[in-house]
Amino acid sequence: MAKLRSIAGAIVFLSLWLSNPGHAATDDLAALRAELEALKSDYTSRVQALEARIKQLESAVATAQLAAAPAPPVPPAYPQPAPVAAPGKSSNATAFNPAISMILTGNYASLSQDPATYRVAGFIPPPSGEGPGNRSFNLDESELTVASNIDPYFFGNVTAAIQGDNSIDIEEAYFKTLALNNGFTIKGGRFFSATGYLNEIHSHNWDFVDQPLVYQVFLGGQLAQDGAQIRWLAPTDYFIELGAEAGSGRSFPGTQRNSNSLASDALFAHLGGDVGDSTSWRLGVSWLDIRSTDRTYHDVDQSGTPVTNAFTGTSRTWIADGTLKWAPHGDPTHHQFKLQGEYMQRTERGQLAFDLAGRNLAGDYNSSQSGWYLQAVYEFVQRWRAGLRYDSMQSGTPGIGLVQAGLLPFAAFPSLASASPERTTIMVDWSLSEFSRLRAQYAWDDARATERDRQLLLQYIFAMGAHGAHKF
Amino acid sequence: MPKYVRSLLALATVSLCGGAVPAQAALKVLATTPDWAALVTELGGDKLNVYTATSAFQDVHRVDAKPSLVARARSADLVVATGADLEIGWMPVLLQDSGNTRIQPGSPGYFEAAPLVHLLEVPSAVDRSMGDIHPLGNPHVTLDPHNIATIAKALTARLVLIDSAAAAYYAARGEDFQKRWQQATVGWEAKAAPLRGVGVVVIHRDQAYLCNWLGLKELASIEPKPGVPPSAGYLAELVTKLAATPPKMILRNAYNDPRAAEWLSQRVHTPVVLLPYSVGGTPEARDLFGLFDDTINRLLAALK
Repeated sequence: MAKLRSIAGAIVFLSLWLSNPGHAATDDLAALRAELEALKSDYTSRVQALEARIKQLESAVATAQLAAAPAPPVPPAYPQPAPVAAPGKSSNATAFNPAISMILTGNYASLSQDPATYRVAGFIPPPSGEGPGNRSFNLDESELTVASNIDPYFFGNVTAAIQGDNSIDIEEAYFKTLALNNGFTIKGGRFFSATGYLNEIHSHNWDFVDQPLVYQVFLGGQLAQDGAQIRWLAPTDYFIELGAEAGSGRSFPGTQRNSNSLASDALFAHLGGDVGDSTSWRLGVSWLDIRSTDRTYHDVDQSGTPVTNAFTGTSRTWIADGTLKWAPHGDPTHHQFKLQGEYMQRTERGQLAFDLAGRNLAGDYNSSQSGWYLQAVYEFVQRWRAGLRYDSMQSGTPGIGLVQAGLLPFAAFPSLASASPERTTIMVDWSLSEFSRLRAQYAWDDARATERDRQLLLQYIFAMGAHGAHKF
Repeated sequence: MPKYVRSLLALATVSLCGGAVPAQAALKVLATTPDWAALVTELGGDKLNVYTATSAFQDVHRVDAKPSLVARARSADLVVATGADLEIGWMPVLLQDSGNTRIQPGSPGYFEAAPLVHLLEVPSAVDRSMGDIHPLGNPHVTLDPHNIATIAKALTARLVLIDSAAAAYYAARGEDFQKRWQQATVGWEAKAAPLRGVGVVVIHRDQAYLCNWLGLKELASIEPKPGVPPSAGYLAELVTKLAATPPKMILRNAYNDPRAAEWLSQRVHTPVVLLPYSVGGTPEARDLFGLFDDTINRLLAALK
């Protein structure tokens, strides 16, 4: 710019110097002057244009820096009434309060069979998480979630379920990284395992009151890991996610063990995408390897005497899951259809101890069992949804060393007699808003080897506090 | 090496190489609405590769954090969102699961439009009994061209900040857009003058900025409270109320359910005007200019 200015200056000087000598004709001089004047003004205007351009770029960069910081309030473009609430400027100790939400759930249950005798026939029962719960009115869990970014590097979340029986379960309490790049996220603490589809979803977001049978039997409802998880999201337009988990194995099908080793390993892969603007889908495959020591369960022996048995060994589970959602133009306000299914295949190998408190016999044990469910939920008018679910389990006959050796008859393990439990469930729910839902569910439950259980469940779910964001 | 291991490796290689971004590649932008996609395209032209998370036929407040959106967030260099809690049901999941630090709130790659403009209807107190209200104010800010001009200025600055190598390009495009936009705004305001003071019924509170800009008078809202569908009783009350002060038209957005508006239209003998609301909401609303042209044309046509 300085250079251009001096060139312009030199031209002016030259024009003045040229105008001085008196030998040139007056006419010629005037013409020359006019010409130089034109040249000068041309350069001046070019210099001005360049200056303006530079200023503009400078101010663009300055605004860019401003915009990166929190934006200053912009005055309204039109007359406005006085603002109703002036933003507080004084220091405020509560400004960093985390997002807090509380879910209230409860139900009324009418069951044709005694829930105390509930057992999915053919399978070693989990310590909890099986069956429809108690009869009559029940307070389900009240779920308190506190979540917040911790700093630029971590996000924290605690979900505590205050149970109807006045106990408190820490469902999840984890940190999650925010500052790893390249699609990596690490989670640590206690968290619902990302194996399967439904396992990570909290109960207030389930489409039915209870979990599918396969979740109840193979994972004790939901598998929570005390451990760490790493996920990697591929840099592709399709959703491709790979992950691994390592945990202590304290939750079923594992047990708390007196060992420094990791007892619960999981691998999972998810693939997802859209079909047109109305349909989206996700497929997943997961593998779980969990070790347990003295995982006890209650049974009766061949003469009907109560016994406590225990499994020690390895439980390996394959899970395949698929979810498809459809809504007109992808807008679920008025109609949405959701189809979801999962298949699990579990192999358990180890030792089975019989009647720990009395005869205390032990022998080899191996089983190969599977189960699946398929469910569809349709929002048929705004706020009303109907759903249908079918559950099926195949227990097969386990290999029991004590029986093969002739020490005990198979009838000493009545819980493990081959069975194919199934259940059919229908559901209608009504959501008055995003934050309240009332549900009626009826199930024909053939989980028991003997009698069918007809279950009517009426449920309420209310969400208070922070507006949660939900996974697919 | 078993065959499947080899093909897995091949797949991994392809996906890794396919995902590697060459230095001169277009900036990847994830826009939450078609309006922000249209605006950022005006400002960034072919330097950008823009993906739109929603269409004009979706209620942006009720979108799922679909796998495809998480995948787009993973590679995005810039997220252009409305903010003011409009995307609160899904954007946090996208940001958290993306494994992408460039687009975390507070980073240059995360841009929110609503905080840049004066928000209408900022409630003095909030309670869920008031329906799905937004504590920060009405987030449906696009249908006032003055807001667009303000947001465009900040967005140009943001593009310059993120992709400073092309600063001059963005500055020139930004300037050109502002010039054309200002001209168009003057045109729209002159053309829409007859709409001043005209009484209308809206469905949701998402026409507030349009009404404010054009001086349309909102006589009633078909939703008794934000996000709450009308009951039969409320609609009957509305008919009685509107008999005294009949509206000239009932405004309906492309994504709204037409039934309640049409029911009311028959009772109070007032036409329903379908408005694009977002770019792509009508065939004419191809870009931001088309969106405003078409909105005003449709309003004026209903006035005749």
